[in-house]
Amino acid sequence: MRVAENLNRALHGLLESDPRVHVLGEDIADPYGGAFKITKGLSTRFPDRVLPTPLSEGAIVGAAAGLALGGEAAIAEIMFGDFAALAFDQLVNFAAKSVSMYGRPVPLPMIVRCPMGGRRGYGPTHSQSLQKHFVGVPGLDLYETSPFHDAGALLPDVLARAVPAVLFEDKVLYAQRMFEDGAVDDLFAFDLVGDGPGVARVYVDDPEVFDCVLIAPGGMAERALGAMRRLLLEQEIVCALLVPARLHPFDVEAPLPTLERAGVVCVAEEGTAGGTWGAEVAHRIHERLWAGLRRPVRLIHSADSVVPTAGHLEERVLVQESTIFEAVVEAVRD
Amino acid sequence: MTADLEPAPTAGAAGADPLPRLGDDDLKLLLTIRHFERKLLDLFGQGALNGTTHTCLGQEYVPVALRTLLEPRDFVFSNHRGHGHYLARYEDPAGLLAEIMGREGAVCRGVGGSQHILRDRYLSTGVQGQSLPVAVGMAIHLRRREPGALACAYIGDGTWGEGAVYEALNMAALWRLPLLVVVEHNGVAQSTPTTAQMAGTIAGRAAAFGVEHHRVGTADVAAIRRELAPRVARVRAGDGPLVAEFATHRVGPHSKGDDTRPPGVIREAEEADWYRRYAAAHPEHHSRWDAVARDLVERVAADVAARPPSDWDAPCA
Repeated sequence: MRVAENLNRALHGLLESDPRVHVLGEDIADPYGGAFKITKGLSTRFPDRVLPTPLSEGAIVGAAAGLALGGEAAIAEIMFGDFAALAFDQLVNFAAKSVSMYGRPVPLPMIVRCPMGGRRGYGPTHSQSLQKHFVGVPGLDLYETSPFHDAGALLPDVLARAVPAVLFEDKVLYAQRMFEDGAVDDLFAFDLVGDGPGVARVYVDDPEVFDCVLIAPGGMAERALGAMRRLLLEQEIVCALLVPARLHPFDVEAPLPTLERAGVVCVAEEGTAGGTWGAEVAHRIHERLWAGLRRPVRLIHSADSVVPTAGHLEERVLVQESTIFEAVVEAVRD
Repeated sequence: MTADLEPAPTAGAAGADPLPRLGDDDLKLLLTIRHFERKLLDLFGQGALNGTTHTCLGQEYVPVALRTLLEPRDFVFSNHRGHGHYLARYEDPAGLLAEIMGREGAVCRGVGGSQHILRDRYLSTGVQGQSLPVAVGMAIHLRRREPGALACAYIGDGTWGEGAVYEALNMAALWRLPLLVVVEHNGVAQSTPTTAQMAGTIAGRAAAFGVEHHRVGTADVAAIRRELAPRVARVRAGDGPLVAEFATHRVGPHSKGDDTRPPGVIREAEEADWYRRYAAAHPEHHSRWDAVARDLVERVAADVAARPPSDWDAPCA
C-alpha cells in the first residue's frame, strides 16, 4: 500500500469510527479529493463532516480549534504546508495556548495536516520544510508521516492525546510504499519501540550492532535507507536508523537503549540550515549521552537557501542520499 | 496619502437620547461593572496589580443589554476589553478580580489574567480578530449538536483591520452559521481614531458579505433589547450571521493612563456616558444602587487582596 492510500484510509476510518471528527480544507471535496488526493472519497461518504473551505488558512485552523473546543475533533488540511504560515497565529496563539493558558488542561483534539518538502519542482514557496518553525511551542505537538507508521493507528492516537498537533507529510513519500511486518527490503528489517506510535528502528541483522545511528523524520527515510545500503556495501559501515512518528517533543527515552550504544549519531532532515529540528534532537541527546558519544551529533540538513524550481538547482540545495552518505562516512571515520 | 488624524466623534453614537428608568438588576449590574473597572484603575495606581488591563468604562451597557438575549447554551467569545462581558454573564467580580490579581479563587488560576479567561461557555483571547474563526468552528458545532444555540463574539472597531475577521465572516455567511458578531465601536482603536484606520464603514463591509448588519445608536437597555431580539432570533433560526454594531464611547483610557485623545473628544465621551446621564435622569435610583455597587466592589477587593496567591502546577525553568 502507498503512503497516500494509507493516509486516505486512515481518514475514512476516523470519520467512520468517531462521529466527532470533521475534516476541513481547500479543494478537499470529490471529485477533486484534495490537491494530493489524500481526502478522496471522504466528502461523498461523509458530506456533513467534510467541509471544503474558501482559501483561508487562518480561519480553517481557527474553525478547527473552535470545533475541538466545542467537543468535536478536527483534521485541517493545509494544501501546501508552506501556507501554514498564514495560520501561525491560530496555531501558536490560540490552539497551543488554549490547552494551558486557562489554568487547567483544555482538551483540543485537532490535527493540522501539512504536505511539505521539495523534489517536485514546485519552487520556493511550495517546497519548503517548515517543521523547525513550530519546534518548541508549548502545547503544540509535531508529527511526520512515515512509511513505518500506520496512519490508521497514528491519527486516532494523536486525537486521543487532545493536544493540538501538526502532521507534516512529505509530498514525495505519498507515492512510496508502506513497510509492513517488520520488513523493509532484502537488507533491512525494522521494529517499533516506545509507546503509542513509537519510533521505528531499522537495522541490518541485529538491532544492537552498528557503527552509527541515523535519526530522520519519515520524509527523509527513503534517502537514509539508500545511504545506509551504500554505506554497508561500499564502506562496510553499519547504520541503524531511527524514525520517530512524533518529531516534537522528541522522545529520547524510547530509543535510549539504541542511542546508548552509539558512539556516532547523525540527524538528517530536509529543512534548511539554522535553528533546525535536528539541533533540538542533538541537544536532547547530548544532555543524556554526552559522555558516551565519540563526537557531537552530526547535523545533516539542506543548504541555507530558498528551494529553487529547476531540478538541477533544487538538487544542489536539498539533502540527497549522497549528502547523508558523505556525512556519515566523515563522522564515522573522523 | 494623508490620513485624517483629527479624531472625529462617533457619529450618532449613544449619548443624546433620554435614558428611561432601568430595572434594579440591570442598574446594579451596570454599576457593579463601573465600580469594578474604577477599582482596577485605583489598584493599578497603587501598584497593586501586575501587568496591564483594559477597562470598558462607558461601554458597560452593551453586555448588560445583551445579557437577556443570550442563553446559557450560547458560547460567548470575548476580547481584551472583556471585564464587562464576563461580569454580565456570571456576576462574579471576586473570581475575575482574583484572576487579575493572581489570588486564590482565580477563574483561571492567574495564568490567563485580564484578557485570557475560560469558564464554561465563555472564552476571551488577547489577539485581535483571533476569536472569529474559532467562533465559526464553534457555530458549526452548535448548529449540529444544539440547534438554536449561537456563538457570540465581541470585537471592536479596530478589530476590523484584521484579515481573520473577513475570512470568518465569509465562512459564516457562506454556511449560514449562527454567529452573532457584537461590535463595540467606540471610535478609537487604542490611540488611533477610527477615521484614521478604517476606510468605508462596518455596515458596508458586512453588506459585502451579504451579512445582516444592525446599528445600535442608544444606551437604552430596553430599547436595545427590543431592537435586537427579533434579529438574534433569526440568527438562532438559521438565517445566518448578524453584525450588531454598537456606536458607543470609551470613557476611560485604552489601558491605564494612556488616553492621548484631545480634551474635546474625551469631554464628548464623558458627556455621553450613560453613568452621568442616568444619574441626572434618575438621581434617587442611581444613588441608591451606586452605593450598593460601590460597597460590593470595595468588599470584594478587600477580600480578594487578602487571599493567598493563586496556585498553578507550573513547569519550572
